[in-house]
Amino acid sequence: MKVLVPVKRVIDYNVKARVKADQTGVDLANVKMSMNPFCEIAVEEAVRLKEKGAATEVVAVSVGPTQAQETLRTALAMGADRAILVQTDQDLEPLAVAKVLKAVIAEENPELVLMGKQAIDGDNNAVGQMLSALLDWPQATFASEVAIGGGKATVTREVDGGLQTIDVSLPAVVTADLRLNEPRYASLPNIMKAKKKPLDVKELGSLGVDTAPRLKVVKVTEPAKRQAGIKVETAADLVSNLKTAGVL
Amino acid sequence: MAVLVIADHDNATLKDNTHKVVTAAQAIGGDVDVLVAGSNTAAIAAEAAKIAGVRKVLTAESAELGQGLAEAMADLVVGLAGGYDHILTPATSQGKNFSPRIAAKLDVAQISDVTEVVSADTFTHPIYAGNAMETVQSGDAKKVLTVRPTAFKAAADGGSASVESVAAPAAPAKTKFVDQKIVKSARPELGGAKIVVSGGRAMGSAEEFQKVIEPLADKLGAAVGASRAAVDAGYAPNDYQVGQTGKVVAPELYVAIGISGAIQHLAGMKDSKVIVAINKDADAPIFQVADFGLVADYKAAVPELMSALTAAGK
Ligand SMILES: Cc1cc2nc3c(=O)[nH]c(=O)nc-3n(C[C@H](O)[C@H](O)[C@H](O)COP(=O)(O)OP(=O)(O)OC[C@H]3O[C@@H](n4cnc5c(N)ncnc54)[C@H](O)[C@@H]3O)c2cc1C
Repeated sequence: MKVLVPVKRVIDYNVKARVKADQTGVDLANVKMSMNPFCEIAVEEAVRLKEKGAATEVVAVSVGPTQAQETLRTALAMGADRAILVQTDQDLEPLAVAKVLKAVIAEENPELVLMGKQAIDGDNNAVGQMLSALLDWPQATFASEVAIGGGKATVTREVDGGLQTIDVSLPAVVTADLRLNEPRYASLPNIMKAKKKPLDVKELGSLGVDTAPRLKVVKVTEPAKRQAGIKVETAADLVSNLKTAGVL
Repeated sequence: MAVLVIADHDNATLKDNTHKVVTAAQAIGGDVDVLVAGSNTAAIAAEAAKIAGVRKVLTAESAELGQGLAEAMADLVVGLAGGYDHILTPATSQGKNFSPRIAAKLDVAQISDVTEVVSADTFTHPIYAGNAMETVQSGDAKKVLTVRPTAFKAAADGGSASVESVAAPAAPAKTKFVDQKIVKSARPELGGAKIVVSGGRAMGSAEEFQKVIEPLADKLGAAVGASRAAVDAGYAPNDYQVGQTGKVVAPELYVAIGISGAIQHLAGMKDSKVIVAINKDADAPIFQVADFGLVADYKAAVPELMSALTAAGK
């Protein structure tokens, strides 16, 4: 079974995003960038499937700028076999990313697409669902457990109020939630080995996909700021303050 | 112009999230219909019909709709989409599961987690864990939105819409429901609670979480939440997680105990009206958003708080 793992280069999760003064977006100049944490979880799961013998090949793919090659190298160092970069400097919307991935899938024919449920920049939580819709494949989102066997994936999903388990026949799209696994750190020898693994670069234009934006960004602003609060000395002080504030 | 709101329910009762999304729909303008899709819709539809300003309630019933399978939900809604310019779904984990599938089938963008309706084609939503608010104008013929319920007031009752049933789609061929474990709780639901008490990694064990957080929550009539660290460590169930990638809450009062206040946690609670933090580290980032901070070991502070509440007649 071939597993395709889409990965995204995003602002590092420890960095607080700052809005640009001209309200056109978020300032990413000189900001630490990393692999989206949910993508890391997806890579880890795919590599574990390979280690268990359930997968034969793990292909990482990213749609993004030249620097996304670093993100793909990270995936290779974690254990992916090869990588594909669909290179573009445009910031694509989720629907466009799903269409690009669909075109890659037409060439690669994976039986499983494992990807993060959400990228921590746009926070859209949409590409996996959109991709499975475009492919007419079944979807299993927010996975906290994945088992492969008998031509299907049995996936436990984090839902409102608890957990749900579904079976999806392969090929399918599965999106990873936080508790699916704890991603490994790549070892130095594996980082070195990853440099020699194949990384194919395609120009976005060569895929013939319509990626025109559907949304126009009007402005990006700072969220409302909270008023600075006070420190109270005792639990009794706290209760009297809460009474005064009218919330008890 | 017409707007379709997809109701949030658990096959038994209608959730307040629906009323909140109806308010967002009314801000867009035009006729507002509510779709109740599930395995047992009559009583829920009757509740939805009472929401003031709703034109019509549509119901569709099948086992797969009751299980919330995304393929079934998307087939149903795509079939109804011809009559609507906007399709609004509460941004619950259920809604987030199927709404993007609808958008892709309609070949339109989804705008996720909308917190403000600027006009019928322009919407604001948080990005980057709520550290930026993005306003976008959609050029698509149909607008598919998930709506953050905490950003809108619940629409009042007082209407008497008609209820109409529509055919359910065929069962999805490639997805089968196996089972689910839903935790039933007598406490208020996290998403809509007036007071939320959350515990973090400091609790150290599930027993401690139950011993410290739950009695305080019960004394306050509050829902219980948790940080990711507490959930990952198994101190609390997964759906207690408050944050960027868990539940977003905006209660009147949010009490964070032994939670440091990581960006991802703040994203889920910083719109609460009053925030209380109890943490032994005076430099914990949670104090930057707290209205009232108590720098203390929770082991002493929570029992004292329980007594102070009792003394105050709680
Ligand atoms: C992709 C991604 C998504 C994430 N999504 C979320 C999310 O949705 N929600 C979320 O919460 N986190 C999320 N996180 C995790 C987040 O980054 C933090 O790791 C997490 O919130 C920390 O939880 P915590 O505050 O309980 O633990 P810690 O950061 O370890 O804080 C524990 C706090 O308890 C205090 N403490 C310890 N002992 C005591 C005591 N006896 N009395 C009083 N105080 C005490 C300490 O001073 C400390 O401030 C996410 C992370 C990633 C990478």
